[in-house]
Amino acid sequence: MPRTTQDPQLSGWGRLPVPGREICSTDLAAVARTRPLTRGLGRSYGDASLPPSYALEVAGSQLADRVLAFDPATGILRAEAGLTLREILRLYLPRGFWPPASPGTAFVTLGGMVAADVHGKGHIRDGTFGRHVRSLRLLVADGRVIDCDREREPGLFRATLGGMGLTGHILEVEVKLQRIPSPWIVEERRRYDDLDSLLAALRSAANDWPYTVAWIDSLATGRSLGRGIVMLGRWAEPDEAPAARPRERRRWRVPIDLPAWCLSPFTMGLFNSWLFATAPRTPRRRVLSPESFFYPLDTLEDWNRMYGARGFTQYQCVVPEADRPGATRRFLEQLVALGGASFFSVLKEFGDEGEGLLSFPRPGVTIAIDLPIRPGTTDLVARLNHVVAAEGGRIYLAKDALSSAADFAGLEPRLPAFLAERARWDPEGRLGSALAERLFSPAAGVLAAT
Amino acid sequence: MKIALLGATQGMGRALARRFAARGDELFLLGRNAADLQACAQDLGARTGKSATGFGYATCDLEVPDDFGTVLDAAVNRMQGLDTVVVTAALFATQDRLESDPAFRRRLLDVDFARTIEFCEAARERLLARGGGTLCVFGSVAGERGRKPVVLYGAAKAGLAAYLEGLDHRFHSRGLHVITVKPGFVRTGMTAGLAEPPFAGDADAVAAQVVRAIDRGTPVVYAPPIWAMVMFVIRLLPRALMRRLGF
Repeated sequence: MPRTTQDPQLSGWGRLPVPGREICSTDLAAVARTRPLTRGLGRSYGDASLPPSYALEVAGSQLADRVLAFDPATGILRAEAGLTLREILRLYLPRGFWPPASPGTAFVTLGGMVAADVHGKGHIRDGTFGRHVRSLRLLVADGRVIDCDREREPGLFRATLGGMGLTGHILEVEVKLQRIPSPWIVEERRRYDDLDSLLAALRSAANDWPYTVAWIDSLATGRSLGRGIVMLGRWAEPDEAPAARPRERRRWRVPIDLPAWCLSPFTMGLFNSWLFATAPRTPRRRVLSPESFFYPLDTLEDWNRMYGARGFTQYQCVVPEADRPGATRRFLEQLVALGGASFFSVLKEFGDEGEGLLSFPRPGVTIAIDLPIRPGTTDLVARLNHVVAAEGGRIYLAKDALSSAADFAGLEPRLPAFLAERARWDPEGRLGSALAERLFSPAAGVLAAT
Repeated sequence: MKIALLGATQGMGRALARRFAARGDELFLLGRNAADLQACAQDLGARTGKSATGFGYATCDLEVPDDFGTVLDAAVNRMQGLDTVVVTAALFATQDRLESDPAFRRRLLDVDFARTIEFCEAARERLLARGGGTLCVFGSVAGERGRKPVVLYGAAKAGLAAYLEGLDHRFHSRGLHVITVKPGFVRTGMTAGLAEPPFAGDADAVAAQVVRAIDRGTPVVYAPPIWAMVMFVIRLLPRALMRRLGF
């Protein structure tokens, strides 16, 4: 029997702990059967991977990481939910395959990528991860193991893509990998002095560059509002690529929780100004490893410790810039006015909406900002939510930690449809998470069930 | 290399099998459950691009000693040879459970000590008959010193370590390389749910270390390496202090 410890705690990447413990096994179904939630690598920032208050334990998928089948002719991979993206890259990048949608870190599991329906720098062309998922095997609340896809139980399938693990325990995932011409990336980066030119650059680049993203200086105000660096990427053709394979990068650890003043507005201002000042004014091109291009922060193993012992959250929203021109500017103006300056802020354009009932991306501009936890951060998040709701945007559950149920209901007209599908598979409410408890208010659940 | 691996479906065995397979070694998987063995052979096939049938397997349970010779012979036949035998299989339970459950206690002491040695004897005979080879067996840092949380498990592993050391002394000149791996806390199914101490290691990193030790013939491996220091200190602590401390 597992030894119990004093007050075991579990937290997401933002390091806001709740009482909890993760029980891992190579037989995921066996440990998931009696628990409300399965957790992957815990890289969601908030409470998506944490148990609800009425349960202490979640199942952990990390040890259930067998590859079940891989067909090099089609790129179709079937694996247990705990297989990590990092392992997929290690195994299949040398063989010329790439996961079609990849988040900003490789330390995520297949199950987690489905549950958050992750997107990457290539969203405009490739959509979310869910678009490439061919089928799922779930352990649903009543103990049945269900295979679902676009024909079999399509409702369950769609609710599970981006469903934050709340429709059933994801046991197996079948996904189609992309073939790539070389294991190297050609990157072009250039700085832009204001938001309009930055957005225009992102838009015009989307035709030629499958991967686009911008870092923005969230402390710049006035005419400089939204200034930043646009980073474009595409796979190198064999004649452009070095003959060798990319080497695995050395990884560094953050040995201690940094004190809070390290990320004060002053140091953040310095850092952001320095980043901007050192970025090229004219396009600069280089060839680099996909690891460096897609996962720059993975080289710092536990960079979340930089935000100190109080932890942090990330606020990521999308605003429909095309339907409501100027929405991005209005959001950034509010952000600056509310003092939400961030050490690291990222902006990119999204393509079409995915199939997932609660999937995050939709056409528009997405902005992600890191927010250290301070007195008033919850209030800041609430205010940002109101700005986003007024623009008709939405927020990303894999990042959220502090939104309220009422605000979320206002942001998500799709929520009742999701809850109805969820209630169909879990009428007794056996599955749950800290996030579900926080955001799906009981009233909404009852409404959906009737 | 031509490797027979007992405990191949779980934890350290699984991680080692993947390391060996990735660099092209031939493998014969041994474990208790046929379905798990098949899934692991499939996993290795899908990871390496070899077909799943490229990896032979047979069920082998340390609690059924009659089979040991038979399955090792099957490995020799299948791979047309055998130069390395790795044993990661063992039972584990906390001290509390072993104190309160005599039936399981008997099973664990039997499997982790007597039966493991029986298997090693069968492996030794076959390796020596082929002119030598490597026998790599997982002990534990729990066997380094009698300690409160691992009195029983540690005793079995200490006995096993003494056997392995003797084996090394007796047969090294005839070409048998005996490698005793002494893992500290490694995150696997065996330790799932336990409170994680400092210096916990990942199975894959430990596997890399063990493969290196097998290649070099290092007789004793602490993994992660920091545990060599930790155990050095613990061995030096006076008895009066060990009685008071919790570990």
